Amino acid sequence: MYLSLSDWRSRKVDSGPGSVPPFKLAPTILALGIVSLLTDVSSESVAAVLPLYVTASLGLSTIAYGFVDGIYQGISATVRIAAGWTSDRVGIPKWVAFLGYGLSAVARIGLLAADGFSSLATVIAVDRFGKGIRTAPRDAMIRFAAQPEHIGRSFGVHRMLDTVGAALGPLLAFVILLAIPNGYHVVFIASLAFAFIGLAVLGLFVPNERRRSAVVKVRDPKPATPRLRFRDVNTPGMRRLLLVAGVLGLLTVGDGFLYLVLQARTAFAPEWFPLLYVGTNIAYLLLAIPMGRLADKWGRTRVFIAGHVALLAAYVCAMTSWGGPLTAVGTLVLLGVFYAATDGVLAALAGLLSPRQGAATGISAAQTVVAVARLAASTGFGFLWFAIGSQAAMGVVALLLAIALPAAAGLLRTAKQATA
Amino acid sequence: MNTGARSLVLLVVVLLALGGAGGYGAWAYARQQEQSRAPSQASIASAAAAGPLIYFRNTASGQGQGMVATVPVGDPQGPRTLTAQACDRIYVAADRRICLHAKIGLANTTDEEIFDADWHLLRTRTLDGAPNRARLSADGTLAASTVFVAGTSYLGGFSTATEISASDGQSFGNLENFTINIPGVTLSAAERNVWGVTFADDGDTFYATVGSGDRNWLVRGSIKQRTLTAIHTGVECPSLSPDGTRIAFKIKPADPNEQKTRILAVLDLATGKVTTLAEGRNVDDQAEWLNDSTVLYGLARGAPVGDSDIWSVPADGSGKPTLFIEHAWSPSVVRQ
Repeated sequence: MYLSLSDWRSRKVDSGPGSVPPFKLAPTILALGIVSLLTDVSSESVAAVLPLYVTASLGLSTIAYGFVDGIYQGISATVRIAAGWTSDRVGIPKWVAFLGYGLSAVARIGLLAADGFSSLATVIAVDRFGKGIRTAPRDAMIRFAAQPEHIGRSFGVHRMLDTVGAALGPLLAFVILLAIPNGYHVVFIASLAFAFIGLAVLGLFVPNERRRSAVVKVRDPKPATPRLRFRDVNTPGMRRLLLVAGVLGLLTVGDGFLYLVLQARTAFAPEWFPLLYVGTNIAYLLLAIPMGRLADKWGRTRVFIAGHVALLAAYVCAMTSWGGPLTAVGTLVLLGVFYAATDGVLAALAGLLSPRQGAATGISAAQTVVAVARLAASTGFGFLWFAIGSQAAMGVVALLLAIALPAAAGLLRTAKQATA
Repeated sequence: MNTGARSLVLLVVVLLALGGAGGYGAWAYARQQEQSRAPSQASIASAAAAGPLIYFRNTASGQGQGMVATVPVGDPQGPRTLTAQACDRIYVAADRRICLHAKIGLANTTDEEIFDADWHLLRTRTLDGAPNRARLSADGTLAASTVFVAGTSYLGGFSTATEISASDGQSFGNLENFTINIPGVTLSAAERNVWGVTFADDGDTFYATVGSGDRNWLVRGSIKQRTLTAIHTGVECPSLSPDGTRIAFKIKPADPNEQKTRILAVLDLATGKVTTLAEGRNVDDQAEWLNDSTVLYGLARGAPVGDSDIWSVPADGSGKPTLFIEHAWSPSVVRQ
């Protein structure tokens, strides 16, 4: 439904006099998208087989692994803000991102040698560290490489390529294990190969922002401030965005829980479970660009809020008893709409609300707030699930989201001027 | 560097990376093909001996790797007899056999199969997770399976799912949903993990581990009342002795630097006395009683990944561990 609306709008706008400049994809964004695609093939292929490798081959005490994993999420969030800040202060987003991608590639090498709990835990920690470091500088680069009128669409292109990689990774691992049972090391080597190619594309084809700054300055009326201060980022608009993103993040139940509700309702066999992830990913990658375009035309805060309306609809859809497989498909599509309308758009919003020299910091702050809020949401929902049952828990969260959405929309309306 | 030079460098990187990975893949494929056709590393007997047997997963490389095999209880080091059934975890009791087998696919799922004594498939279902533990009650009427589940929570961590079912019929559901009675402790569903079931002989009572974070408890369960009641702390993967008086399990060593290590111990149910066994190495297995005085358990060989040996150690803390069956995993002793 958003797709058709977006097309209708774009035709109207493009034909009008004095319309926005036509969209032209910056080579930097294409290159960053390809880097993300290759890196996601690398990381998702390993993520798909790691549980089996750990439990079946290494035979570790995996409950402890789950415990440690929660700590890594915390480390990753802290590192993210530090990396965004450093990237802004030193003005080298490309090389901060390179360090992040590089660390994850090094972790793949470590994986080949890991033979016990502590070595594997270290390898995973290094990988998370790398992921925490690279995200914000990369999104800051996208924000500045994009035409100001097409920021949402530019993020959409990047997120689409990223999601294609996330879908291809498990497929690659599956094909390898089908041909070579126990071929975990082949998966790891293939993953390493993709990580290196991604690193090469980043190093060779993505210019550092600083190199472009002379060109950008002409377009940017404000002279670039050399030193970033905390108050540059800590603006009323940014505080409002972080508050809204945080509150909505607290009401974002993890996909896994939603799938479990679906599974319980429709009683399908567990082997179909991964198809739910695939379905959401397909909806996401198909809708990432249309949602970005819609955000550029209709307003980014509106699309961000509309994405959460889709999430609310997904909750309701997962709870309804009628419709059978149709409710499952509906839930997946709505989840895809949610991701397409919020992930890249949030980065675009945070990037636009930050001053030029603080984009990576602003973006990392928004992403960290969302990550931490969702972590808390998942833990809290686990309690609620146990206390009142899955159906009622879902209903409570849906109700809270329905109450929070108008308030969030009102709060963001004030911040809109800066981002329209 | 101009664009042409950059493209050339990228081309070289792509060729080296994909060539290297492809070459390694081809080599691994050829080696795997060769190994699966090679004669087994272990000596193979053509027919099973009469008398009590030990069933296990054969981890010796070559033909029959991953298949269920048997050796006589009286001659565990002797030649093994292979079956045609592949299992990651096997348990045999009375006229029933339970087999957990990891399924290759986009998801980590496990086939739980129950057979009769002639390997006729009686029941099969798919469990969501990687195979971990399987048990039957001594009369073969009750079955328990534990799988490792990954990625169902935003945390992305592991949890376990354990189900008890009638081996000829319905499941009693995930044990997480049983009422858990631990004095002074309340655990949410997301926090609790249950694994490693061992059955008593009355058709209702069982023992299992309830874990949360780094704490865990030995619980006594009742299928009829759907309860799990804590009777001891720090106990993992219980295994009830044939006479029903003691439980072999894994425990953290006293040394605080060894947080990830689990050593074997035996709990006397009547006195509550815990005896550490002579095996000092880290054990990641549910022990199996050979008889009332000896326990068996698997230990990974390190290399190649997936190969392991079954060891034995006296159940009273005396003696020392001895190699029991080489290239083997998941022992199940059939007493008659």
